[in-house]
Amino acid sequence: MNLLEPVGIPDAQTVMAWRRDFPILRESVHGQPLVYLDNAATTQKPASVIAAEQAYYEHDNANVHRGVHLLSQRATDAYEGARARIARFIHAAGEQEIVYTRGTTEAINLVAQSFARPRLQPGDEVLITAMEHHSNIVPWQLVCAQTGAVLKVVPIDDDGALDVDAYERMLGASTRIVALAHASNALGTVNPVARLIELAHARGVPVLIDGAQAIAHLPVDVSTLDCDFYAFSGHKVYGPTGIGALYAKAALLEAMPPWQGGGDMIRAVTFEKTEYNVIPWRFEAGTPNIAGAIGLAAALDYVSAIGLEVAQRHEADLLAYADDALRAHPHVRMIGTAKEKLGIVSFVMDNAHAHDIGTILDQCGVAVRTGHHCAMPVMARYGVPATVRASFALYNTRADVDALLDGLARVQEMFPL
Amino acid sequence: MSDLRELYQETIFDHYRRPRNCHAVPGANHCAEGYNPLCGDRITLYLCIEDGVVKDVGFEGAGCAIATASASLMTEALKGRTEAEVEALFERFHAMATAPADRPVSNEGLGKLAVLAGVREFPARIKCATLAWHTLHAALRDERGTVSTE
Repeated sequence: MNLLEPVGIPDAQTVMAWRRDFPILRESVHGQPLVYLDNAATTQKPASVIAAEQAYYEHDNANVHRGVHLLSQRATDAYEGARARIARFIHAAGEQEIVYTRGTTEAINLVAQSFARPRLQPGDEVLITAMEHHSNIVPWQLVCAQTGAVLKVVPIDDDGALDVDAYERMLGASTRIVALAHASNALGTVNPVARLIELAHARGVPVLIDGAQAIAHLPVDVSTLDCDFYAFSGHKVYGPTGIGALYAKAALLEAMPPWQGGGDMIRAVTFEKTEYNVIPWRFEAGTPNIAGAIGLAAALDYVSAIGLEVAQRHEADLLAYADDALRAHPHVRMIGTAKEKLGIVSFVMDNAHAHDIGTILDQCGVAVRTGHHCAMPVMARYGVPATVRASFALYNTRADVDALLDGLARVQEMFPL
Repeated sequence: MSDLRELYQETIFDHYRRPRNCHAVPGANHCAEGYNPLCGDRITLYLCIEDGVVKDVGFEGAGCAIATASASLMTEALKGRTEAEVEALFERFHAMATAPADRPVSNEGLGKLAVLAGVREFPARIKCATLAWHTLHAALRDERGTVSTE
């Protein structure tokens, strides 16, 4: 971004043009135009991503790293080109630092099993936070059960911000790895990851960042952050499901054993001895999601052309607009009010249970997430069984927020206090 | 929008706002916990069965309108029934709640429970309506642990 050039909130026409890039936004549900506010669960896909997958299957489909034939070469070039695109998007030093995975969850499991497990001894500590998604809790519980290590959880305050002082205190001589969300899916909180990484590194502790929520909404520069691992999913950044990536520093990947065996991750196999492939392919056993990787690269091209900073300003405007309206609502209680937030509003309402609200909003055409958001410890922290969560993407507008508010008025009508 | 009124009938609101038998049962000899992980509905069901007949039944828990009303209506329907009648009622209720929305369904023998037939139009909510009933099954079989709708 050119810092001399001020980047304002994009105008309505620009946003309408973005909206036209997403064919699904022309759908109606229950006879109402679709208002899609479940972007933290998954984002919709622009036509360019859908076209990239289709073009691959129509023109280039073949297995990668295998054949001498032309299609195999084209497929391999597109697949490896996509890896390079991902590396550029997050500012990795090189494409060998990008391991394809099915998504964030698989990436975290890979690090837990291949990096952490051989290093963990009984009594060692894995440090996570109280705002993590289940996918950044359970892989660590598994590895702790396997090794005798102990899971430690840094608390959050009532607003949903991380207690950084507690984090600093809990980073101890026994801490072997820190794993934390760049941004919380249930609360929207954005963590001060640069500082948290610095604090961990000062004690020689490597850090994994769960970037599932952040990747579509915040510029990510792994080189500047100096994180050791960064995990994200393609489908949260306007790309396909079933594809994601693990960024890992090359030196760490080099020292990690394979975690799944099979084709493509080997150099030479005999029944006596197998020689493994070099990084990153050592971690990619089996025929990969080639079309997914190509679709993901197309998605990154798409958001790069718009500019994440531009989208970020637009989403911040939506957040402020929704936040003001919901806070002014006498029967709404916001869950997650940290200063630094993504475009996520999570709330409960006196009138009705989150699930009933979700059904009524759905009838109004408004798609939100209701439930525990795969973050049951967060729900327990606030003493609620479930919340309603509206989460914004670049194609949302203030009219979408108005539709949400109209839906809540309908909830009040149906469930008067 | 009229579909919403089909789902949220007055009887359902009534039982959501003033759930009947919403308490533990002293001397209960069957008990089970039910949990719907999709929406966080949780109930604990208490049954006192003597000589094969439901003498008393109650529930505790937190849930959405459908789950709460369903549990409340169920407890009303169970009192005084034999275990065989309870089982038959379970089958009838389950058949009504899970039948395809485009096919007519029999409300025979369901009494007030028929107000929950509207959930058929809302596939995501069927489990809210059946949670109490699955928990009932577990309580009768004395299954340990929490029954999940998943």
